[in-house]
Amino acid sequence: MSRSVIQASNMEQLLEGIWEQNPLFVMALGMCPALAVTVSAFNALGMGLATTFVLICSCTLISMLRHFIPKEVRIATYIVIIATFVTLVDYIIQAVSLALYEALGAFIQLIVVNCIILGRVESHAAKNPPLSALVNALGMGIGFTIGLFALGSVREILGAGKLFGISLFGEHFQPWVVMVLPPGGFFVLGLWLLFFAWLAKRKEQRPLIHAGDEAIMALRATTEKGARHGA
Amino acid sequence: MSDQQPIHIVPPVNSLRMVRTLMLVTALCGGLIVAVWQITLPAIAANKKVVLERSVRALIPNAAQIVEYDVSDKGVTPGKGDPAAGVVRFYAAYDKDGKLDAIAAEGGARGYSDTVRVLYGYRQACECIFGIQVTQMRETPGIGDKIITDPAFLKNFEKLDVSLSPDMKSLFNAVKTVKHGTKQFGWEIDAISGATITSKAVGRGINDSAKHLLPLLIPHLEKLGKGEGGREKGKTLGSALSIPFPLPPSLFPSEGETA
Repeated sequence: MSRSVIQASNMEQLLEGIWEQNPLFVMALGMCPALAVTVSAFNALGMGLATTFVLICSCTLISMLRHFIPKEVRIATYIVIIATFVTLVDYIIQAVSLALYEALGAFIQLIVVNCIILGRVESHAAKNPPLSALVNALGMGIGFTIGLFALGSVREILGAGKLFGISLFGEHFQPWVVMVLPPGGFFVLGLWLLFFAWLAKRKEQRPLIHAGDEAIMALRATTEKGARHGA
Repeated sequence: MSDQQPIHIVPPVNSLRMVRTLMLVTALCGGLIVAVWQITLPAIAANKKVVLERSVRALIPNAAQIVEYDVSDKGVTPGKGDPAAGVVRFYAAYDKDGKLDAIAAEGGARGYSDTVRVLYGYRQACECIFGIQVTQMRETPGIGDKIITDPAFLKNFEKLDVSLSPDMKSLFNAVKTVKHGTKQFGWEIDAISGATITSKAVGRGINDSAKHLLPLLIPHLEKLGKGEGGREKGKTLGSALSIPFPLPPSLFPSEGETA
């Protein structure tokens, strides 16, 4: 396989995780942190980056060790490796910002059981070389982070009138508090899922519309030709 | 016609290989965790200290020096590590002349979502609590987080009576949170309407901490005031004096602020 083909396939994998197979909006995985910590854009970004870090490190390491891990103990080994990187990210967040650590709470430790990570490891990293595993994990991580940010930013704007703590609408804005409460998470997630479903539907219909247009054009051309001959 | 079923031969499980793999992976992971722990430990300790310093400083803005102590049945000792069971951590704030101005200590109780932790300031002159700072809470934004912002609620802590009983072994009156609008006495806290559980957590946290701390501490206050009782050995909150005043925004934004 030539180098350019490998690069193209990596690019496809990256984009697939971000858009076509977006873990949050398309695969509907990792819903627990997605609903619980996205009360603000800052929290959402923090959670997304923490998950991306764990995804990339675990997938790459497991891909490197894939020939050495016996099938019978693979899940135990994966969990140990994932839990290690979650512990590391826990320490790193505490060292970087205690405010973020307090805001994310138990959900940092719960990254261990995030099904996106174990799913990626089992279905991709354990069967592919490290570079491919890394690119796939990066794509999924970015896709998850974008998903969380989409939720967190909308909830913060509507629920507090702010974005990254900066007031957007002035003093007279009455915050829509329900948006930063748990029901708000479901409302915003529902709206985003609706948007993605609409996009998917539109994409499906587009070839049909094009085909219809082409048929009309062809018919018109034939009719005009016939009329000319008739004249 | 043969009735024989095909025989599936299951390859033997190599237990040694499994054990070896698990051992190597866990050793590698253990090493990684220890290395990162060692690297991040100073930064984590510094972050925690800054949060605490900001809270103590916000509570007692005029303090020239703040010293960390532990108190137990055995007396007052300089604050070291995490306090053991039966030991209460407190912070003694001294003014410019080196006189003991106030005491700050932390209390916590279960609120609506999680533990609400409050740092409260105590002055012996009035035998009262003169202010609080919320150091940890995950209460509902817009409802429970009013304990930080509601001026009427904070007014409860301008002179909250925590005087001791004549035998100096307990509080004369337990600090109690009462229903909004029914406060009658100096030791009562008027709850926030709609956030009663969080208000009660604040009251319970203060009461539980003060009823342990004050009977242990008050016999030693005179010594502490004169700079005895190990003040020289006590751990000064290092950069406390270098924190600019007025204070920068708290490092611990409430959920309401982050939201």
